[in-house]
Amino acid sequence: MGVTEDELKDKKALYSLNCIDWHLLPLPTPVLLAEVAAVAKGRFVGDPSFEYELTETRQQGEGDEAVKEEFTMKVTEEKRLAATVFNIEKDVSVVPRGAFIRTPHDTVQVNHSFQGLSTLEARNLGNYLHFTEPQQLKKKSILEMADLDPSIDFLDPLSEDILKGSWSLQMEGSSMCVLRSLLWLGLTFFHVPATPQHGYIYMGDGLKNLDLPFML
Amino acid sequence: MEQPEEVPHNPTEQAAICFKAFMLKNSPKSNLNLYDHLVRVLCKVMDERPENAVDVIEDLSLEVKRTGMRDKQSTLRDTPPVPAVQLLAEQQKTLFTRGSGDDVEPEEELVETPLPNLAEQSFYLEQAGVGLPREELQRIHLALKQLVDAQPLQTCRFWGKILGTQANYLVAEVDFREGEEEDEEGLQEDGADEEEKEGGAGDEDEEEATEEIDPLPVSAYKPPPAVPKEENHTGVNKFTYFVCREPGLPWVRLPPVTPAQITAARQIRRFFTGNLDAPIISYPPFPGNETNYLRALVARISAGTQVSPLGFYQFGEEEGEEEEEAARDSFEENPEFEGVPVPEMVDSMANWVHHVQHILQQGRCVWVNLAEKPEEDLEEEGDEEEGEEEPDEPEPEVGPPLLTPLSEDADIEGTPPWSCKMSSTLIPQFAIAVLRSNLWPGAYAYATGNRKFENIYIGWGMKFVGEGYTPPMPPAPQREYPSGEEITEALDPSLEEEQALQAALEERRAAEEEAEELEGEEEEEEEDDY
Repeated sequence: MGVTEDELKDKKALYSLNCIDWHLLPLPTPVLLAEVAAVAKGRFVGDPSFEYELTETRQQGEGDEAVKEEFTMKVTEEKRLAATVFNIEKDVSVVPRGAFIRTPHDTVQVNHSFQGLSTLEARNLGNYLHFTEPQQLKKKSILEMADLDPSIDFLDPLSEDILKGSWSLQMEGSSMCVLRSLLWLGLTFFHVPATPQHGYIYMGDGLKNLDLPFML
Repeated sequence: MEQPEEVPHNPTEQAAICFKAFMLKNSPKSNLNLYDHLVRVLCKVMDERPENAVDVIEDLSLEVKRTGMRDKQSTLRDTPPVPAVQLLAEQQKTLFTRGSGDDVEPEEELVETPLPNLAEQSFYLEQAGVGLPREELQRIHLALKQLVDAQPLQTCRFWGKILGTQANYLVAEVDFREGEEEDEEGLQEDGADEEEKEGGAGDEDEEEATEEIDPLPVSAYKPPPAVPKEENHTGVNKFTYFVCREPGLPWVRLPPVTPAQITAARQIRRFFTGNLDAPIISYPPFPGNETNYLRALVARISAGTQVSPLGFYQFGEEEGEEEEEAARDSFEENPEFEGVPVPEMVDSMANWVHHVQHILQQGRCVWVNLAEKPEEDLEEEGDEEEGEEEPDEPEPEVGPPLLTPLSEDADIEGTPPWSCKMSSTLIPQFAIAVLRSNLWPGAYAYATGNRKFENIYIGWGMKFVGEGYTPPMPPAPQREYPSGEEITEALDPSLEEEQALQAALEERRAAEEEAEELEGEEEEEEEDDY
């Protein structure tokens, strides 16, 4: 996580099976992501060297001269884990608005004067931002951009997710705000209003909930 | 303070005192006086020490006046809205007070209470790596106590927590003492019966109507007979369930589940909203609202994931003799059970058994022959349709019997249905066996070496289905009506054809007139036709 000056870029992830020996996950490239998406299915096994295999039959040539060839794609579980971590970070990493700030040097840093959202603000999904490279922000009109503070609002708010209702926002206990993702079941974010405490954790089976449109 | 009372020594001093008195005169309009105002302004200048104070003295004066005025503008204040947290806290307050009944016979209650020891369970669950925060668990414990005090319960167990999009459900599994159930159920059953009767009456009316008037096309579709609901204390309705959203809020009793609800719940995937009255909008349509869906899901999860160590339960001796006739559906605790060693429980799934009956495809635990029932109905109605073919006797569905080892559970697309591990490999002497369901993510069970075990479910209520969920297809459209002559559309005749036909008819009429002059009536009829 955030090993360089910029909190947003160059994230690295480590994994461990026993919380003592930690290994660096390979960096996910677009090729790797595509391979994993095609090959890896089902639950994780728990062995980084386990290989998922997919055998495809492709036809080459046309008509009678068609030649069937079998391609076998292999992906290790370690690569799949790297891709999954990357996807979760990309889709559902959350920070409260204002917790990070973009400096004039265009680096993203922790906002040390962040005092937390107020209790009212914490109930609004628009005050939570995706902590990843913004996708929607560039498409906004100048009129919409006028209301935004460029040093704080440089990320996409959750309220503008394409699938409305893919987040469950609840006040838990007396003063804790809990945000759960329905797209990646198992991702939970917490924020204690009026304090800078916030964080998220993913504990789940590493499978994206593709059935979400049927379930709302 | 005493100075003004003394006799002034000289006229200058007296003039000063007079002027001070003048300045101290309150204005009737704003109830201020100049002296106090100047004091405040000068104090402000002293405090803030602005540069070139003389330039801003008017602003300072105005500001001082304004701050003075603000206090007096309105003595009415908005009452702050009572925050939801406070409302909840007030409702939870009752949890932390001792009821009057507790003081009467404390010893007796301590012995008899069916209240589970949640604190102990949480101790083990914590080792298993699952569970709820201690504070929340304590509240739940108190809420369960409230439930036990309010209802005549035989057993009570914290079943788990189901997450919803707006609120979560805490589920308690209880069994009423015999004969002390509330009348609520009886009423509900009566209601259901009435509905059925009404439905029947409606059908008869329709039949009468069809005989009387012009025969409208009657739909040949007959809904398949509804599978009868299982009685309380048997099958899927063996236990009663109570849910509440937050500890301290009232517990709501879930209605008994019907087989139709279970079969429908199997075909849909939906999140809970946290509102029991929310409708379930889905395809295929679900009979009931979220209360019923929750109950159906609780039944399915229980049947799939409630497990116990092998040998903890045994079949009663009486039941054993009737074994061949019916599937055994009750069991008792084995008093001689001494626990299975933890390493063995971790190694072999055969040391865990299901202690809740499998739910059949029909939506019941005990299979019912549906083909028998319509026959009886027909006889009652008066043997009208004797000639109708009786449906073939369906094969009875048989599920795995009660107390089947987990090792016989089916795999889910290559994934084993259960994962088991020891809570600690470093101190195996005191470790417990932790079992995790892969079929129902969120379902956990633990067992210690000495008779203690528990099941808990904390999750979204979603079964793992492997590949993406595919909603069932709508039924195939009805076949077209067989096309025959009477409904085939013919081409309209053209003008020439009509004229030719008319000419031909006139010729024929002329010939007929000549031939049979006597029968004029027919001609008129023919004329009418054209």
